[in-house]
Amino acid sequence: MIVALDIILRLAAWLLLAPLLPGIINKVKAWVAGRRGPPVLQLYFDLAKLWRKSVVLSTAVSPAHVAGPAAAWIAIITAALLLPVGPAGASCSFRGDALLFVYLLAFARFCIVLAALDTGSAFEGMGVAREVSYAVLAEAAIITALLTLCVQSGSVSLATMLAPSAGAGAALLAAGLFGVLLAENCRVPFDDPNTHLELTMIHEVMVLDHSGPPLAAILHGASLKLLLFAVLLTEAVLPLGKLSLLQAIGALVASVFVVAIAIGLVESLLARLAFRRVPLLLTTAFLFCLFALLVAWKGGRL
Amino acid sequence: MKEILLIALPLIFAAAAFAWPSERTRPWLLPVAGVLHSVLALWLLIDPPLLAANAWFGFDPLARAVLPMVSLLFLVCSIYGVAYLQIRAERKNRIFVTALLVMLGLLSLALQAQNLGLLWVAAEATTLVTVPLLHFNGTARAFEASWKYLLVGGTGIALSLLGSFCLGYASLHGGSSGDLTFTALVAQGAALTRPWLVTAWVLLLAGYGTKMGLAPMHTWKPDAYGEAPGMVGALLAGGTTTMAFVAILRVKQVVDAAGGGAMTERTLLAFGLFSMLVAALFLLTTPDFKRMLAYSSVEHMGILAVGAALGGAGIAAALFHVWTNGLTKGALFLSAGNIRRAAGAQTEDKVAGMAWRSPASARIFVVGILAVTACPPFGVFFSELKIILAGFQTNNFFAATAFLGCLLFAFFGMSRLVFAIVDGRPRAAARATGKQLRETPGVIVPPLLFLALSLWLGLATPPLLREAWNAAANILLPTP
Amino acid sequence: MSGTMNLLIGLAMGFSLLALASSRLPSVIRAAAFQGMILGTLPLLLEEKFHWLVVAVAIGTITVKGFIIPNLLRRALRAANIDREVEPLIGFVPSLLLGAAAIIGAAALGSELPLRPEHAKTLLVPGSFATVVCGFILLMARTKAISQVCGYLILENGIYLFGLLLINTTPLLVEAGILLDLTVAVFVIGIIVDRIQREFDTLDTRKLTSLRE
Repeated sequence: MIVALDIILRLAAWLLLAPLLPGIINKVKAWVAGRRGPPVLQLYFDLAKLWRKSVVLSTAVSPAHVAGPAAAWIAIITAALLLPVGPAGASCSFRGDALLFVYLLAFARFCIVLAALDTGSAFEGMGVAREVSYAVLAEAAIITALLTLCVQSGSVSLATMLAPSAGAGAALLAAGLFGVLLAENCRVPFDDPNTHLELTMIHEVMVLDHSGPPLAAILHGASLKLLLFAVLLTEAVLPLGKLSLLQAIGALVASVFVVAIAIGLVESLLARLAFRRVPLLLTTAFLFCLFALLVAWKGGRL
Repeated sequence: MKEILLIALPLIFAAAAFAWPSERTRPWLLPVAGVLHSVLALWLLIDPPLLAANAWFGFDPLARAVLPMVSLLFLVCSIYGVAYLQIRAERKNRIFVTALLVMLGLLSLALQAQNLGLLWVAAEATTLVTVPLLHFNGTARAFEASWKYLLVGGTGIALSLLGSFCLGYASLHGGSSGDLTFTALVAQGAALTRPWLVTAWVLLLAGYGTKMGLAPMHTWKPDAYGEAPGMVGALLAGGTTTMAFVAILRVKQVVDAAGGGAMTERTLLAFGLFSMLVAALFLLTTPDFKRMLAYSSVEHMGILAVGAALGGAGIAAALFHVWTNGLTKGALFLSAGNIRRAAGAQTEDKVAGMAWRSPASARIFVVGILAVTACPPFGVFFSELKIILAGFQTNNFFAATAFLGCLLFAFFGMSRLVFAIVDGRPRAAARATGKQLRETPGVIVPPLLFLALSLWLGLATPPLLREAWNAAANILLPTP
Repeated sequence: MSGTMNLLIGLAMGFSLLALASSRLPSVIRAAAFQGMILGTLPLLLEEKFHWLVVAVAIGTITVKGFIIPNLLRRALRAANIDREVEPLIGFVPSLLLGAAAIIGAAALGSELPLRPEHAKTLLVPGSFATVVCGFILLMARTKAISQVCGYLILENGIYLFGLLLINTTPLLVEAGILLDLTVAVFVIGIIVDRIQREFDTLDTRKLTSLRE
């Protein structure tokens, strides 16, 4: 009973809080630009509107076009539930759940990609190609980051890995994970979430043919993924497991807020990179994680 | 005192040359310095001074075994230099003469250096002072050659500094107080920390090996030798490379004393045979007779490395080879320079019939090629024979066989090119436009002198020199 | 003390990677200059007691590596009116990865080599080897003369880093050797760069290919 209640409570928190994050980022961007900007709750309104709309399907698509976003959404939710919250631990934790976490994220991407390819449109195929080729580099970085935490804590379970701070390489790891966060969530300087119908975008291209509730699932899933990465970044760097539950939640909320503001600032101050420079930036993020790993590995002896 | 003078004299002359007002008379400073330097060096050869303990430099047996050769090489080149600079009166020679004299001083310093750091400083300074010599001609190709020389040579010298640091740290870690003279390092022997010693040997061999021109670090050599004036090529091939070889020998002595003898011999043998192989292959194909000399130099550096790897007898033979190779190369570079000027080109598709256009130089060149490819009775034949004998004595049958094979290919390659440019009829274009070069005694006598020296070393090796080489080899590799 | 030093050495390694990843010549020069300045401060940290000679060495190093040489390079860049773009022979990502591999290799090598107790906790050895190799990569993987000079500078920085191990025991001979070498080498290289410019109207060393088999 308690377990069920715990899971429901966490699920509700993840689902309800996630759309807040893009709102905060947009508010920061508007503030830097000196505009009023959309309300913080804008994404909630959009999601509600999309949910009420009907689905327009191309005659060429198979059921995968609708099933893809749903499967991706579920995969991301499951991944989120694997993340611990401070001393309370995760709702579901076992040896090697770090691997499951990575695979769930990859599975979510696979579903979105499949749904996009299903339309048979060359334009979406191009977006998919970009998404997947960058994902190769981003995944290398995130796996290295998790490996760092493994080496640091000597465990392969997320709950134990994320409880202490990342140690000497924390700054490196934070920089690397922040880069991965920006790349995975299609933020500037990798992709511009504001562009539409342009040949330069990545994520937006893939979801062009979706409508109604599936689109709502994709958008909500994207915000969940953003929150998930912000939480992962925070927990990797801060020793939340050492604090009491209330302190931990407070610290978590505060630092996710800080991450959101940082994303907003980055988006306001940087321009999107030329495509050929993106691999260099992702490699840099990977190297940050790699050097964090090096520090974790060698740090014990120095 | 005399050993300091050996270093200071050229430097004083360099300062004088820099201040000398007359372009026409300045080159005469070269032979004057050369004569004084040679007299000093020969005097020291006959009457070696006692080496002060812990001295940073001094005329030790190894310096005694090679320095007089460099001195003689410079002397003969300097005689050539006077005639050469008269022919090239259109170019200012202030920097050229100064740099040549500074180079002699630095070579004397490097060959006498008894301290790891001092040796490096001298080697580095030699690298820098060579650059103005290389772009004396001022052409685009000369700039290209000096750029590559500086980049490759600079990297090599940087690596040898890193190697010197590693050796210094090996000594420090082994409990010394930071005395980097070679005698102190040798005395420390097995106390030197092994991993650092290995690192140091690898880096120093790569670094000084670049300076020496062992393959695969030889890439600067064809460019530099191809574009430099003949006498600079002779000094590089006989002087600078000798300095690098001596540096490697000194480091080898330290590593051997620490019990790394097997390692140094294996690596030197591998580098040496590889250099000979690479050089032989390039000699078979190169169309340019000045670059051919560079590859021949790579080959002979390989021979030196092989000799150094073959025990005490091998080292003595290698020191013998330093003399024969340096002096024979002198004849080749100087006569090649004459041919180059007479022909106005240096590739076989443009040059032919030089036996008609510059008969004396062409004849010297052919005899020089025969001498350097080890035809008896020239010195090179005897020194290479001794190295092969040392190979058989130390049971390195494979090395000795490979050595002979490479020599054979090198002979094919060099004789092919030489007869292509000497024989036949001069090219029509060259006949029409080529300037007539008068083969004055000034440019013919010095290469002849070199040939005579080479012949003399072969027919009647002075016992004094033999004793000097054996003494140096005994110091470097004490026979138990 | 060794914590601060390791941080600085780590930063210096970061700058060599930055130089490998930079696509503009001025930023390559800046990376090499910052690296030089960081390394210049290290002797102050290494020496326990205040010694005027060490301070002089530090100031000298910072001035030469951080200001004089970069300014010479910038002057060459301006005077020769060179296109600011770096032209790599090996792409930025591969050279960055090579650099990272060098750092990891150096760290592995560094733990194999025995150190004196006072150096055991520092990153001097891995930092030095990594910087040397990064400089080497920059030297070989770029076509422009200026970036090759920067590669040489970084290589020199790595050697300087190693020299710090010996700074207490060996007299300043080693130190002087480096400074002499560095200034003169770059000076000479600078003059040559100037000449090459006049001769070829470009600083692209790929055009230096008339000498070959």
